[in-house]
Amino acid sequence: MSFRIGVVTFPGSLDDRDAARAVEMAGGIAVPLFHASDDLKEVQAVVLPGGFSYGDYLRCGAIARFAPIMNSIVTAADHGFPVLGICNGFQVLCESHLLPGALTRNSNLHFLCRDQKLKIENTNTMWTTGFKQDQEILIPLKNGEGSFQCDDETLNMLESEGRVIARYVDFDPNGSRNLIAGISNERGNIVGLMPHPEHAIESLTGPSTDGLTFFTSVLHQLVGR
Amino acid sequence: MAKIIVEVMLKPEILDPQGQAVASALPRLGFTFAKSVRQGKRFEIEVTGDPTPAQLAEVEKAAETLLSNPVIETYVVKIEK
Repeated sequence: MSFRIGVVTFPGSLDDRDAARAVEMAGGIAVPLFHASDDLKEVQAVVLPGGFSYGDYLRCGAIARFAPIMNSIVTAADHGFPVLGICNGFQVLCESHLLPGALTRNSNLHFLCRDQKLKIENTNTMWTTGFKQDQEILIPLKNGEGSFQCDDETLNMLESEGRVIARYVDFDPNGSRNLIAGISNERGNIVGLMPHPEHAIESLTGPSTDGLTFFTSVLHQLVGR
Repeated sequence: MAKIIVEVMLKPEILDPQGQAVASALPRLGFTFAKSVRQGKRFEIEVTGDPTPAQLAEVEKAAETLLSNPVIETYVVKIEK
């Protein structure tokens, strides 16, 4: 059987189509979800895609947090429902307090678009089980506000609990603390990632096909449930 | 008419590259007074009549939940005549 994975469209989402395509390529059924409805349409996991929800007004992800669909996602996520937030989706997860910390302006102030090498450091989350420990992957990074910031206490907690799932390698793109590219919650069902795995699923258009593993990982995890 | 002002600033320990960029642009224009610059946001909120304590309490709540992100920012609520 195949699993239904929701992809939320907010006003200003850009990468919802690519995220849905990645879900389908991985063997799942992509289900479009709309910000203004609280209906999760019986999906078994959800992807919050990249883009500029609500024009990134106020702060990135700050207004999306109050969308009706987010109420349903927050409630479900508290019960172990898998959620992947990519780029703007990561910002929404932080603003929703599903993940700690915040994403701020890149330290060099430039919007950055590059193929970025990452090291996968936690292969126990719902979205990363298909990777090998410390596997290096290459996927696109494109954002203006990707600098992961948090206080020392939070940073120590993330590091000591192994909740840094991916770290930038060879290049510091944005001044993130400890070169953090992605983190998870304690339970490992919620993952936020700044770079874009959904843009690296086919050799024709991506720098690699490494990104697909995030989507196949969650499908395998759902089978095991 | 009185306005409720909410000022939001990044916490001191959070890197502020925008403020840094402004600080490094000032001397290029001959302004040499700045040791450092930090940039924030200001919200001007109009209400009918003078703000009541109840309204101020609501604004306080809004400042904490929406206007600022307490993870990285602090805020101040004031009234301006």
